[in-house]
Amino acid sequence: MTKKQFTGAQMVVKALAALDVKYIFGYPGGTVLDIYDALFQQTEVEHILVRHEQAATHMADGFARATGEVGVVLATSGPGATNCITGIATAYMDSIPMVVLSGQVPSTLIGDDAFQETDIVGCSRPIVKHSFNCRVVEEIPNIIAKAFYIASTGRPGPVVIELPKDLLMPTSMGEFHIETDVKMRSYNPSIKGHHKQIKKAVKAIYEAKKLVVYAGGGIIIANASELLTELVEKLDAPITNTLMGLGGISGTHKNYIGMLGMHGSVEANKTMANADLILALGARFDDRVTNNVKKFCPDAKIIHVDIDPTSISKTINAHIPVVGLLDVVLQQLLDELTATDFKPNKEERANWWQEVNQWREINRVSYVQEGDQIKPQRVIEAMYKITQGEAYVCSDVGQHQMFAAQYYPFAKPRQWINSGGLGTMGFGLPAAMGVKLAFPESHVICITGDGSIQMNIQELSTCLQYNLPVVIISLNNRSLGMVRQWQDMVYGGRHSSSYMESLPDFVKLAESYGHVGMQINHLDELEDKLNEAFTIKNRLVFVDVLVDEKEHVYPMQIRLGAIDDMWIKKGVKA
Amino acid sequence: MRRILAVLLENEPGSLSRIVGLFSQRAFNIESLTVAPTEDQSLSRITIATRGDDKVLEQIVKQVNKLIDVIKITDLTERSHVERELLLIKVLAMNDKSRTEVKRITDIFRGSIVDIGKQVYTIELTGDAEKLNAFVNTLANETEIIESVRSGCVGIARGEKALRL
Repeated sequence: MTKKQFTGAQMVVKALAALDVKYIFGYPGGTVLDIYDALFQQTEVEHILVRHEQAATHMADGFARATGEVGVVLATSGPGATNCITGIATAYMDSIPMVVLSGQVPSTLIGDDAFQETDIVGCSRPIVKHSFNCRVVEEIPNIIAKAFYIASTGRPGPVVIELPKDLLMPTSMGEFHIETDVKMRSYNPSIKGHHKQIKKAVKAIYEAKKLVVYAGGGIIIANASELLTELVEKLDAPITNTLMGLGGISGTHKNYIGMLGMHGSVEANKTMANADLILALGARFDDRVTNNVKKFCPDAKIIHVDIDPTSISKTINAHIPVVGLLDVVLQQLLDELTATDFKPNKEERANWWQEVNQWREINRVSYVQEGDQIKPQRVIEAMYKITQGEAYVCSDVGQHQMFAAQYYPFAKPRQWINSGGLGTMGFGLPAAMGVKLAFPESHVICITGDGSIQMNIQELSTCLQYNLPVVIISLNNRSLGMVRQWQDMVYGGRHSSSYMESLPDFVKLAESYGHVGMQINHLDELEDKLNEAFTIKNRLVFVDVLVDEKEHVYPMQIRLGAIDDMWIKKGVKA
Repeated sequence: MRRILAVLLENEPGSLSRIVGLFSQRAFNIESLTVAPTEDQSLSRITIATRGDDKVLEQIVKQVNKLIDVIKITDLTERSHVERELLLIKVLAMNDKSRTEVKRITDIFRGSIVDIGKQVYTIELTGDAEKLNAFVNTLANETEIIESVRSGCVGIARGEKALRL
């Protein structure tokens, strides 16, 4: 008796269902019509139709960041696939698990410059963790299983699968077999930290007088924030988070000294600069953190824990490298500290905290609300108050992103969703939609600006179709704020192309998409109107807040300086 | 400093382009690169000659190792190893004098003449890069070089050490 035969398209959908995929985000087109036909005839996997493929990738990305699951995208060949490129690169830079299924012209036409043919595997090669071409229909399910395994293990990242149309059509049928327990001889991400390195790290911790913990996005990805908190408390060390690591420890924890880096707090950067031991956990010494690497923390010994060996000693040399999964390594460190009965030296710690607290007093992050023009920072504070710090905050890229990072202390991991590595404008709204889909009962905010929101504003239509009532808070300063800030500070105040002189009426625009539009123009109405926006539960609210267009983000590192060379406000150095 | 890396990887379509792409993407230098399947047809072996200081080399090794298709990578120049390159060179050999001279040089370098045309000799020579360079220079002083092709180096560790599954 022959087994039941399936088309490649049916196999794709069956494989996704077997891998517990609930949603895929995509846009149909010629080469993937068979997959859409297969999707139509089942109920396990729900397809979300976006208005532009870039938004599909960001939506899948937001979904993945909030849930920890793999985000799945479906796009047609050619322009559908190339529209995914920015979203794939965004996910790659921030190590987000994603699988992108791309159509391709029939095998017989590949290489002929056929209609809507692009070598998407070639195009995406530098920005994927891995990619697959399918050549035989029966391979499809296991390729998808492998893609999920690669995307979600080790240092996660996007995986692209190219599916030629002839393998999807009824002309090539095959038996369905899927091996979800994937083993690969060429890919075995290391899990445990080497025990000798753990011992070395603990020895260095014992010897340190001025220890600081520098924790990044790896903590969020590894679900290691509880262990991190336990470790920080055991060490009684100050801890700073990177932009990607916010929420890794509660933003209100007594040991937390704020975000570090370009727009980090003075105390975080000063503490780093003066430390004798930096315990780097799932962070990668990005140039937006280090400032001038030649001047980076000259007195510090560095323990660097990361799952990806290439991140270690890439920009800053690590004295004690530890390769492994963060949750596993943190447990190993805790066990070793407990086994050796670690207690911080009270006097040394007290001295160190005294120094740190002095820097804390200089200025954490602050602004002055003068006059009636709303300061953008004030909006974030109001947003924090109203949502009691419990909202998912999905950010676009620019000044509003930095203000949100500075003024919304995140209590939990995965609450802060932003494109940190690639810095993709247009990320915020679709990412928020992905989060709302996963957590319909939670407050999901898209914090954005008049520049960023227009880069994927067409998704307001998708929000209506799938009832995704996110709250969009746009800090409208009638200009590209971060560009303008740099022009003010570095380019002699010449505002070259940083104005948006033909902005739409965002209230009417929201209304025309079937949503609620709201404008806030006066300081005294800020809290009431924002409150009102959050009480509307079942409709999307677009809040257009007119803020002071001259406001700059401070503190800010001084170019080419050390990590703690900073402006704390205009003309004032820390 | 010149280094020779040996890479064992899955013999899959696209795996070579990932290696080459990685080198250009990260601005690593490739002096030469050779690739062929091994006796186990599911595996390919690549030899890459590159240049860089210790820090750059460490990144190259780690980045190549990170590619999903790559099974193993080793720096052959860390230890004693055998390194060979193949040269095929076509030179003008028009009269008795130049034919005799070309033959004599070829013998000294332990190459062999593998083809003869009306006016040309084609010579095969293997050795390390230095030997091949010396041979080419010597020939160039004696006669005209019509064309030449070099394989890029391949290498293998001496003794028991081996790059295998």
